[in-house]
Amino acid sequence: MTIAQIIFLIVAAGTLASAVIVVTTPNLVHAALWLVSTLFGVAVVFALLNAGFLAVVQVVVYIGAIAILFIFAVMLTRREQRDFGQQMNRFWWLGALVAVATFAGLAAMLQSWSGLSGAAAADLPIGFDSVGALGDALISPQAFVLPFEVASVLLLAALVGAVYVAFNRK
Amino acid sequence: MIPLSWYLMLAAGLFSIGLFGVLVRRNAIAILLGIELMLNAVNVNLAAFWRYGDVKNMAGQVFAIIVFAVAAAEVAVGLALVISVYRRRNTVAADELDMLKW
Amino acid sequence: MNLWNDPVHVIADWLGGLLGGLGMPPAVATVLLALLGIVILASALMVLDIFLVWVERKVVARFQDRLGPNRVGPYGLIQPFADIIKLIIKEDITPDGADKPVFNLAPLLSLMSVLILWAIIPLAPLVLGVDLNVSLLYLVAAGAIGTLSIIMAGWASNNKYALIGAYRQVAVLVSFEIPMITTLLIPTVLSGSMGLKAITESQGIWYVVLSPLGAFIFLTAAIAELGRTPFDMNEAESEIVAGFHIEYTGMKFGLFYAGELLHAFTFGGFLAILFFGGYRLFGLENLGPAVAAAILLAKAMIGYWVIMWIKYTLMRIRIDHMLTFNWKFLTPLAFTLLMVTALVNALLRDSGTGVYVAGMFFSNVLLGWIALEIARRHARSARDKHERTGPVLETVRRQA
Repeated sequence: MTIAQIIFLIVAAGTLASAVIVVTTPNLVHAALWLVSTLFGVAVVFALLNAGFLAVVQVVVYIGAIAILFIFAVMLTRREQRDFGQQMNRFWWLGALVAVATFAGLAAMLQSWSGLSGAAAADLPIGFDSVGALGDALISPQAFVLPFEVASVLLLAALVGAVYVAFNRK
Repeated sequence: MIPLSWYLMLAAGLFSIGLFGVLVRRNAIAILLGIELMLNAVNVNLAAFWRYGDVKNMAGQVFAIIVFAVAAAEVAVGLALVISVYRRRNTVAADELDMLKW
Repeated sequence: MNLWNDPVHVIADWLGGLLGGLGMPPAVATVLLALLGIVILASALMVLDIFLVWVERKVVARFQDRLGPNRVGPYGLIQPFADIIKLIIKEDITPDGADKPVFNLAPLLSLMSVLILWAIIPLAPLVLGVDLNVSLLYLVAAGAIGTLSIIMAGWASNNKYALIGAYRQVAVLVSFEIPMITTLLIPTVLSGSMGLKAITESQGIWYVVLSPLGAFIFLTAAIAELGRTPFDMNEAESEIVAGFHIEYTGMKFGLFYAGELLHAFTFGGFLAILFFGGYRLFGLENLGPAVAAAILLAKAMIGYWVIMWIKYTLMRIRIDHMLTFNWKFLTPLAFTLLMVTALVNALLRDSGTGVYVAGMFFSNVLLGWIALEIARRHARSARDKHERTGPVLETVRRQA
């Protein structure tokens, strides 16, 4: 077993464990903080995949913006957060069943998929700059400039919509 | 070298845990937390398939970035809605938001 | 390759050979050497941090026309050690109703978010932790962890003032991050890379000459990110006692304090790398890595001194003024500056160096002048309106 494999196993176990705590803990601020731990684990997985840009953006966007926003929202709806009463609905066993079934289905599908056995990561070509290639792909008319622009319009719409919905009219 | 199947299993596990959160939690913010887990699982898959496929084709990373943008937009609007609902009804439990039932 | 020109790799090779001779697999040896490097760098930074406490106290004393620590050791140099002993033997209080694990984790994260920044700082051409090609985003990511530590501290303390301080600081950090990221893109546009080493190498002419306005906006946003006066909303002694670290005692407070000082010094270093040529100074850096590192640290110290100068000279700005200043002045200015820089860079890159430098410099000056003129007009019209109605009259009218 190589060092990379050991790191992956530790990180994956940590990520999944914190993800389980996120969905089960009754204290919502703790849930948001465990979400940070999960997201950090995913960032390490991106780094293991040589996707450095995604790893850093994961920390900037998810931990720096989304997780902080969650903590703010939990604090603004504070009366709910100390409520250690019923945090799950009546059908929690059904939900667990669906989740396990989904995982089993995905695992079974992966077992039978032929593309998996032959897949091996080729070494990155010498001098290949994945950040530069990503930047080119995002703004090249032959590649993904349209999804990129649509995403920016979506962000603008979300910005306007969030301010409008949450604005407290006096 | 780490096999591709490990990444895919991690993503499948993360997705299922997120799905469990979305299905069973009562608090609307906790439901959004579950959705974030599911989106992250998708991103792990996209990045893994980019790395194990043709690295010169950046589609995997590009779509991961678009998922980031969508996640940010979704959280901003979703939490704004939750806070707005909380102001009117003083609760964020999803099963108590039943105004449309009658 | 000898010890003077490339000390890190020579020592690493020698230690690697030694460990290999002991029968250790090369992979394990690599990990062990990396850990050793991290420990050495972090320890060196902590020692530097102790020295920074002394620098800060001496400099603030001079700004306030007094002597500062001068009793313990020559020039009071032993004073920080006495401070540390005091902090360690103080009672470690955890407030009632605090969220213990989160409360204890916050100061660690705060200091960590600063220490990890040094992984990407190029002290000399060959002396750097890692030459990341997304270094500038890494800088912002480390800042995100710092933000998280502050909100954790504020929430876990179970104290109103701590929570208000954390809220304020996060509001400030999240908004000033935008002009900061935008100005980080200016060295990227000019050098064509996000790696700090490439940015340093491409500064034949310091970027502060090409983009003085960019350096100014970066410094402003950095001070806001540090939470230092005039932007010290998180502490604001006269309003919220001590902000997010009000409940911290002993060494836990010491970690926040050490983190703040080292953060200020680190941003002095980033200012030096991004706009003042990093370890380069008229070819002196070619003498060897020790000289190059000394040049960078000296420049960082000058940047730190400027930050202290601003801190001890200006007074605190009210929080709504500060956020208005960011959203209505700094952010649009930073965006316009980025566009102008990219445009002028594209137009004049192929003309001579003189034309290029002059074009860049004067476009910055012109933009800064226009921005100030707009702000001045706005302030004047607001003042005129205020004088026409008058505060008393307005209150009466509103009541009627």
